[in-house]
Amino acid sequence: MAAALEVRELRKAYKDVVAVDGVTLEVRAGECFGLLGPNGAGKTTTIEICEGLLDADSGSVEMLGMRWETDSERLRQRLGIQLQETQLSEKLTVFETVRLFRSFYKAGPSPAEAIALVQLQEKQPSRVGTLSGGQKQRLAMACALVGDPEFLFLDEPTTGLDPQARRQLWDLIEEFKRGGRTILLTTHYMDEAERLCDRVAIMDHGKIIALGTPRELIGSIGVEHVVEFSAGGATLLTVSDLKKIEGVREVTTENGNVQLQVTELHRAVPALLAELNRQGLPLTELRTHSATLEDVFVTLTGRRLRDE
Amino acid sequence: MSDQRRWTEGPLAQMTLVRFLEFIREPEALFWVFIFPILLAAGLGIAFRNRPADVLKIAATTPQLAQSLRQEKLLDVAQLSESAAQDALRTGKVALVVGPGPSGGVVYKYDDTNPEGRGARMLADRAVQRAAGRVDPVSASDQWMREPGSRYIDFLIPGLLGMNLMGSAIWGMGFAIVDARRRKLMKRLIATPMPRHDFLLSFVLSRLFMLVIEVGVVLGFGALVFGVPVRGSLFNLALLCLLASMSFSALGLLLASRARTIEAVSGLMNSIMMPMWIVSGVFFSAQRFPDFAQPVIKALPLTAAIDGLRLNLLQGASLAQLAPQMGVLGFWLVVCFSLALKLFRWR
Repeated sequence: MAAALEVRELRKAYKDVVAVDGVTLEVRAGECFGLLGPNGAGKTTTIEICEGLLDADSGSVEMLGMRWETDSERLRQRLGIQLQETQLSEKLTVFETVRLFRSFYKAGPSPAEAIALVQLQEKQPSRVGTLSGGQKQRLAMACALVGDPEFLFLDEPTTGLDPQARRQLWDLIEEFKRGGRTILLTTHYMDEAERLCDRVAIMDHGKIIALGTPRELIGSIGVEHVVEFSAGGATLLTVSDLKKIEGVREVTTENGNVQLQVTELHRAVPALLAELNRQGLPLTELRTHSATLEDVFVTLTGRRLRDE
Repeated sequence: MSDQRRWTEGPLAQMTLVRFLEFIREPEALFWVFIFPILLAAGLGIAFRNRPADVLKIAATTPQLAQSLRQEKLLDVAQLSESAAQDALRTGKVALVVGPGPSGGVVYKYDDTNPEGRGARMLADRAVQRAAGRVDPVSASDQWMREPGSRYIDFLIPGLLGMNLMGSAIWGMGFAIVDARRRKLMKRLIATPMPRHDFLLSFVLSRLFMLVIEVGVVLGFGALVFGVPVRGSLFNLALLCLLASMSFSALGLLLASRARTIEAVSGLMNSIMMPMWIVSGVFFSAQRFPDFAQPVIKALPLTAAIDGLRLNLLQGASLAQLAPQMGVLGFWLVVCFSLALKLFRWR
């Protein structure tokens, strides 16, 4: 597949911090690419350089086969951009806002069609000031879509939204993917990246520390699943007993709650149940989850993505 | 789906429309731009309308002097003891104390730096001399100048008009631009293919719509309620208002070109506008300031705007006579606009 965006050796320093430190990445046409990392990792600086809003100190950006220095006019027509924390004018209605943005583009859906794309039809005559956070974010999406863009930039699209509004926005983004648009999104939610992105680059301190599909990245840390259980008198079980169970790589205990990192769930769980049965311990709780990008980040940096 | 759009769907028309909608949906702005100048003009117009000539309070220390001074209608004479009169003068209750002097003469005590004191002295002296039998060699009569064109309200309305043109242009530009920058709206707009000159031009165009209403409201009020004359050509007046509004807008654009917060731009705007309100002759003639300051005062845009408006409205000046004021305004327009374009921060 052709590259829609090629970034090479990007570097950008502010007064005393290096925000982006040699980032190289490639976004293929039609894929949804995620930049995942904690706040301050350099995601927004990277995406704003790609959007032509910031100049890099060094390195190159090639968008849709064009460069900002020479083709910015034509590029702007083909990009849809949603920025972090833009506050649209509260005194305008949803329709007036989208109509304004539509006026900047040569081609694209009508304002009403763009509003329908983000399912805000019934809010069309409402003032922007009366919208909820999720609705404002969907309006921002509509403003990014009015030019019928080939390439869509979404900077932290769901930050600060409640779970229901986030899920609604995810559905929308999946729609855009099906429509064949290329998407570059930044997020610090690993579940968002896992659900939406075909490929993910994990950023930390201005550098890309891992890059691949979510599955590849999770696979790279060698742990596929996590099993958590508690059993009556489970403290009697020794760590060495548990480690003997097939496929268990790491054991941690916390308040009588045992956590196992395992490679093969289908072997580890029956073996665990058999062991408990053999010792006559009643199982009171059992949970399993697949390893996540969060676990990848923790493994690579020793820190969590964000402090809960 | 194509470029075959009506002009109303183009970026410049849309942005101008948005400016206008945002403005009329802000009740406070409507008040300051339209209602406030009318209230101010009405208040001041009533306060200074047909003001009778001042009657000056003076004191006399002898009954004879008091009696001869009372022949003068413009003096309000109190007869007081020497010490009471002295006190009254010191506390400003009277402007002048008249007492007997050596060898049948008269002594006037007053503060010679106080215009009221000097005026009272002349009136009192005239009354005293006439009572003593002086006959004026030349007969004189008075003619009151209270017809439209020379009253205080006629002086005031062009001043308020100029002040309003400046205030609404600078506030209108300053707040809207800095607010858009603060809310990252400006950054969002430049991430679209929006032509940047259309963004700035939309401010100018929306100003023009506002201008017609602003000037109409203040001038219409002055003409209808107080009979303020409009002696110059309306075309010249429109041209003058347009140029004034443009150069104040350019000044507003310059003041807003870097600021990131409303507080910063407010401080900047006030520090520029406040001195002009004082020295540019809104409420009283700029001629009252010392001669050495006059070249500076004359070079200020508000002075030029107000002088031009007074020349047009009150004296019916021709375009050629307005040239110096137009020149000053044009100078400010060009300098501020080119500086603003160089300095403007789009993010």
